Order: sequence, then C-alpha cells, then structure tokens
Amino acid sequence: MTPERFEYVAPASLDEATSTLRDLGDEAKVMAGGQSLLSLMKLRLASPRYVVDLGRVPALNYIRDEGDAIAIGALVTYAELKASALLRERCALLPRAASVVGDVQVRNRGTIGGALAHADPAGDLCAAVLALDARLKLVSTRGERWVWAGEFFLGMYASVLEPDEVLAEIRVPAIAGWRCAYLKAARRPSDFALVGVAVRCRIDGRACADLAMAITGVSDRVFRARSVEEALNGRELETALIEETASRSMDGVDVSGDIHASSEYRTHLARVYVSRAIRAVGAISGPPTPSV
Amino acid sequence: MRIRVRLNGRTVEHDVEPRLLLVHFIRQVARLTGTHVGCDTGNCGACTVLVEGKAVKSCLMLAVQADGKDIVTIEGLANGGGLHPVQRAFIEKFGVQCGYCTPGMIMSACALLASIPSPSEFEVREALEGNLCMCTGYEQIVDAILHASTLDRGHGGPRRAPQAPHGRLGHGPGDPGRASGTTEAGHGR
Repeated sequence: MTPERFEYVAPASLDEATSTLRDLGDEAKVMAGGQSLLSLMKLRLASPRYVVDLGRVPALNYIRDEGDAIAIGALVTYAELKASALLRERCALLPRAASVVGDVQVRNRGTIGGALAHADPAGDLCAAVLALDARLKLVSTRGERWVWAGEFFLGMYASVLEPDEVLAEIRVPAIAGWRCAYLKAARRPSDFALVGVAVRCRIDGRACADLAMAITGVSDRVFRARSVEEALNGRELETALIEETASRSMDGVDVSGDIHASSEYRTHLARVYVSRAIRAVGAISGPPTPSV
Repeated sequence: MRIRVRLNGRTVEHDVEPRLLLVHFIRQVARLTGTHVGCDTGNCGACTVLVEGKAVKSCLMLAVQADGKDIVTIEGLANGGGLHPVQRAFIEKFGVQCGYCTPGMIMSACALLASIPSPSEFEVREALEGNLCMCTGYEQIVDAILHASTLDRGHGGPRRAPQAPHGRLGHGPGDPGRASGTTEAGHGR
C-alpha cells in the first residue's frame, strides 16, 4: 500500500513549522512519528496534499523538570516516556501508559504529541493525560494558547487543535508518591485498547483524595469517569464501595460495539477494569487478575 | 527529493518520491530484499530494520524521514563470511519455520541484545511483541534469542557453554504441530 502523492515539507524549527502551516492551510497535515498518520495515508483514509514533518525539529524533544510540573516536548517517543527516570519517579502514570502502547517498534517512533493530536478514541496516552489534568501548549503564528486535556478532545479523531496549530508541549503535574495505575485490556499485546483505565489518587489518612480516572477505548472519545471520582473521593477504598462504584461506572456511557468487542462485552470489561484499577491504587487484593 | 542514508555502513544516495516507504527504498532502490513486507499495515514486524540502532517498522516510515540516518538491515549483520551470533542461534535452535518473519525477528533480537545483553525470557518476549510468526508458536525463536545472548559478539565461539544440546529436545511446547490457538499464549501476557 502506498499513500497518495503529497508534497513533503520538513521545517527545522517550530517557527518555520507554524509559518508553513499558516501558508498551507488545511491542506497540510502535521506528521510526528507517523505511526498513526502514515497508516491512515497508506489506507488512503487520509490523503493530505502536504505533509509537514516535525521530525527535524529537535527543539521539541525534551523532558524537563519544572518544579511542580514536568514539561514534555511533543516529539518525545513512547519509548522515551517509558524509560524516563524523572517521569517514573514524579509522574509514573505516563510511563506506565506509554509502556503498553503498540509494540517496541511503534514505541520507538510514535510520539506523545502525535498520539494526542491524533485523538484516537482508544489512545492510551489520551487517557493518561486526561487523568493527569495535563495542560497542552498549542502554537501557531497567531501566538500560543494552553488548554486543559479535558478541553482538548472533541470526539473521534477530533480535537480543538486548529489546522495552523502545532501541539508543542505537554505539561503533567509532578505527583511523586501518588498512587496510579493504567490497566489495558487488548486481545493481543500490540493491539489498541478494548478498554483502558487510567487512574491516579493519593491516600489521605485512610481516605482517598484527588482521585481522577479517565477511560479510553469504550466510547467515541476518552472521558473522565466523573461518577467514579465523586463516589470515591473522601472515602476509604474498600471492597463493597469499589464494586458498587465499578458496577455503575458505565451508566449513561454510549459504549461502542465493533468486530473486536460487542457493546455488552465492552461494558462488562470496562466495569471489571474500573474495579481492578481502583483496587490497584487502593492496594486492595481482589479475585486473581489474569494478566492481559 | 534527494536523500542520503547510511545503509549497512554504505552511503546510498537517491532521488525518491516523498511517498516512498522506507521498506520499498530498501528493497527496490537499494535492492536489499532480505527485509520482507508481510502485512504492510504495521502489525507484523517482518519489515523491521534498525534506524539509528532502534528497531522500527520500515513500512511505517517514509524514506524521506530516514534522510541522514544510519540504517541496518538483515544483510548488514554478517561479518564477511561469518554469520552474526543471532543468525547462528536461529539456525542452531531451529528458530525458523517458513522463514518469512525471520529477518524482522532477528533485527528485533539484535536491538534487544544491544540494550540488554543478557535478557530474561520475559524481556525477550516483550521485545518480540511487534513481530508476528504464524508458524512456530514462538518457543524456538525465544530459545534462539536466549541462546544468542550466550554467544560471543565477535562471531567466535560461545561466551559460555550453551545450556542445552541442539535440537528439539526439551522444546516440546513449541512444536510446530501445536494448535494455532495457543500462539497467543506464547506471548506470555
């Protein structure tokens, strides 16, 4: 399979990238690692006239300690997230989610910026940044703006990113010592999530606090599990509460069904994984958990 | 667009269409057909090559994205007449059945052993999650890579004595006759 013909532009700086995008308008598509976009182009589900490759903008590849936050350049790969000692210590949810994206080869090429801009409804990192309340820096020749992850995703493969904007940086809170988990159900290790649950919280005395949960793979976009958050925050995580909360976690959610999993099966799977994710952060053992 | 890459230590320069995939550059322009096209959808890993030392799927990369990079394909492993230890290990441990996935498997194994010289079985299986084999059930492939980790990188003799004699002995669970449904269990996760 070969993509349709396109013109290739490889800017050397972010400024050059944004002015290129301003000039080319919505006929251009930004490529980072290409692990999603190139697949779509080969299937001819996407046929941009111009491909603007950010791969030659080294200034977008960094993981930086900013005190109460960690700044991550858009071109940081999944493999780099997974290996980052800084993130493992101070924001472990992100490397955990990154470590189960695709496979080794995909993680060597695919980037955090590409993953978020692609806004895949089953994206692992989309759930992680949403649960983390990350902030995203969008840059264009018109200036820069910061949006919360919660405002970024609009629907299936849709985000607030304008055609002339580049997602340049992701800022996640430094939450060393917090509990976090990313649990993913997939048919094979390199597959997309049928269900992915990202959760972080801290334990204040016996009660759980600042718990945030985001779910991917079950709907047309990643979403925050508000009912779970409301039910658990300020409460002690114990089995009966967890089970009751998980059993109601998919109420009101329009759960998708496809050839990989029916809506009913996915709903069941989501409840089970919500329960397991809460048990994981609560350090509460449950029924034996088969590894997936 | 003119690109120039280091391919197995040799500089290759050529005009390419932006839409040319790296795998087709390698196979059709450089005429190195050891890198295989399996699924062509980024799933199977048969087209795995090393770019700047990292395993990537060459069907999910444009040739123009490889401009200025160092690429190693299966043809770049043998040193003169001597096979690379990973290649030797695949022969000695029968890590091959139909052979279609083998170049990709070996490149992934080389990337693994370059970063983790003595991997655990789990690490080997994790390193192979992007390489699909429809024949073997993975057992002999995993054995081969574990065996390769005991071999000397200098293409000489073993660094330490191999733990098991060659052949299928002790490899029962990986017999090719196994039901295909057990292939997934071979991933161990």
